[in-house]
Amino acid sequence: MKKTITLATVGALALAGAAGQAAARDQVRIVGSSTVYPFATVVAERFGKSSKFKTPVVEATGSGGGLKLFCAGLGVKTPDITNASRRIKKSEYERCTKNGIKVAEFKIGYDGIVVANSKKKKRIELSRRDIFLALAKLVPEGHKDGARLVPNPNRTWKDVNPALPNVAIRVLGPPPTSGTRDAFNELAMEGGCKTFESLKAMKKVDKRRYKGVCRGIREDGAWVEAGENDNLIVQKLEADPNALGVFGFSFLDQNGDKVQGSIVDGVPPTFENISAQKYPVSRSLFFYVKKNHVGQIPGIQEYVRAFMNRKAIGKRGYLIGKGLIPLPRAEMRDFISAGKSLPDLTM
Amino acid sequence: MTDPADSVLIEGQKEKVRQGLSRRLRAERRFRAYGVVAIVLAILMLLFLAGTIAANGYSAFYQTWIKVDVFLDEELIAPDGKTDPQTLREEGDFRGALIESLVASYRVRGREKENRLIAMFSTDAERTLQRHAIANPRLVGKNISIWVKASSDIDQLTKGAIRRDLPESGRKVKDVQLVWYDRMAAENRIETRFNTGFFSTGDSREPEQAGIWGAIVGSFLTMLVTLILAFPVGLAAAVYLEEFAPKNRLTDLIEVNINNLAAVPSIVFGLLGLAVFLNFFELPRSAPLVGGMVLALMTLPTIIIAARASLLAVPPSVREAALGLGASRVQVVSHHVLPLAMPGILTGTIIGMARALGETAPLLMIGMVAFIVDIPGGPTDASTVMPVQIYLWADSPERGFVEKTSGAVIVLLAFLVVMNASAVYLRKKFERRW
Repeated sequence: MKKTITLATVGALALAGAAGQAAARDQVRIVGSSTVYPFATVVAERFGKSSKFKTPVVEATGSGGGLKLFCAGLGVKTPDITNASRRIKKSEYERCTKNGIKVAEFKIGYDGIVVANSKKKKRIELSRRDIFLALAKLVPEGHKDGARLVPNPNRTWKDVNPALPNVAIRVLGPPPTSGTRDAFNELAMEGGCKTFESLKAMKKVDKRRYKGVCRGIREDGAWVEAGENDNLIVQKLEADPNALGVFGFSFLDQNGDKVQGSIVDGVPPTFENISAQKYPVSRSLFFYVKKNHVGQIPGIQEYVRAFMNRKAIGKRGYLIGKGLIPLPRAEMRDFISAGKSLPDLTM
Repeated sequence: MTDPADSVLIEGQKEKVRQGLSRRLRAERRFRAYGVVAIVLAILMLLFLAGTIAANGYSAFYQTWIKVDVFLDEELIAPDGKTDPQTLREEGDFRGALIESLVASYRVRGREKENRLIAMFSTDAERTLQRHAIANPRLVGKNISIWVKASSDIDQLTKGAIRRDLPESGRKVKDVQLVWYDRMAAENRIETRFNTGFFSTGDSREPEQAGIWGAIVGSFLTMLVTLILAFPVGLAAAVYLEEFAPKNRLTDLIEVNINNLAAVPSIVFGLLGLAVFLNFFELPRSAPLVGGMVLALMTLPTIIIAARASLLAVPPSVREAALGLGASRVQVVSHHVLPLAMPGILTGTIIGMARALGETAPLLMIGMVAFIVDIPGGPTDASTVMPVQIYLWADSPERGFVEKTSGAVIVLLAFLVVMNASAVYLRKKFERRW
């Protein structure tokens, strides 16, 4: 028994010793947005299989969480690349610069956020104004511009807009920690909110209240937080054909046999419409590279080139099959050449 | 006893007892029925859970392969005429050779149709060709027939998860692909095989190439670190507290704290690991070493409690007899008490480890919830563990991952059942009754 204990102690010490030796890193580390994750992982896997470098490790920490880790400092303990489903904020950029980090920015394409329902029912046609009126916490009384704000009285879609079906409002969507939710609030809710002149005017007077009203989602049960897992939302829509769901375009693309995307402001959420930026609820996807690590950690520059490559993000690239929506021609050309030179980001 | 009033009283009491008896018997039958109902419900739920997972997951263990005729065109594969492994690995355009051959044998024209045709095959197909050519360089410039993996969509079609009767717009496999598929099936070019890749490769974003081996190795390394740290420390703590420590306020306080620690939510240990192991000691992120250390902290109270209970169950007469024969207290513990308590301690340890094996929450904080393709080679390499792999697959958009998720659950459950069964076996085999 004594022997076993001694052996175990020696083993534990040996393990701790091994940890000390792992100071140098030979593997690119990527963190960030869970929306970019499905694309970054595909590039990482192909890169690992086709190059002499190890496959980069990709962690989904969310856009904000990723930038926080990324800007924390330099050295092997910090990530080399962070993905983001929104642009880096000025405050984040300043924190990065303060810590001596040189950043290069890359835009990889677009992602659409769709409102969808089960194929068992008819496809729904909405405007952003309808979405706002159905889901906001406070709406103008009687939907009249300039009327005082009252807690949302709308029970059914017909209450929102007489052209819509007479079914109760029930929308399944992601929780506030999700980047998809941020984008939905900003693009769909606020977009609908701005169609009221009185609310739009509020932006200049009281910006905080404007954000609270325009991006505030009702909490009386009409909006159901269905968790970060978009597959779950698709399954729940199948079980409840009267409900609508909010999720990323790639899940619509993969589940076209079960759900259909609602038409928003007259534009159906198709690949072509999002790419041409006609579909109103879409956002850009980015990743940021820590230039100081290039040359220190093997494979960063090569990974960036493998990503910013027509084979990946081009119109016929393999990421397109995974649901990424490509950049317009000129923008893509610029970012692909930036992939070779890694220009400094300035804000 | 002759007093009539007395006998009336007894008669009344008897009646009361009789009535009361049948009421009590009814109550007992009801109570038993509740018990049976509860057990039946529990079994039904368990069967439902196991049944759903098995029904969704068994198809992850086999997959579709397609036989293709490929012309290993020298111009594409070995442009310099050299067929040494290095040239073939670095220069050979095997994807090109595959596309050319497919386009020729199915007489396809137009970019879109070509893409549809090649999309029926896994991206692993070109690597299969490459491996085959490297192993047999004399085949370059010849026609070969070779089995390659089908793409996930075709695999799902074979398994019936993609239905043919839907309109084309809502179906991942298009009409033209169905025509090719039927032709291949008619020519006996399609077969399903056991999915060996599932048990030999790491994660992948292509469902047909994804495997759980990387996660199994990660789990093994993590559990190893956990065991190496938690078992000796837990054992030493339990032996000291039970056999040597004086009973006073301080040891009482420690005991209460250990019992409380056993009930602390596991995410708290993850936060502790992030703050102490990663930020202070600067250990690597995503490493089984750190994962194992965090899980060891989580498992420690379980092991200490189980070990103390087993030590307590050893009768004092054993200790007294040994002391009486002149053994020192250390000898009493290491020669007599500990061996007798060991089966119980091991059972407790295995159950603690089984809990640690199924844990994801603390690992989230230390970066083990990540996409990792390479199989970890040691406790400081980046890796994930089985429950994390299940979580990541459950979150993936591709339809093929639905069955992979359940398949991985089956593998994890198999490991847990083996661990728990070995705990039961150990207990039965070495258990002593006093």
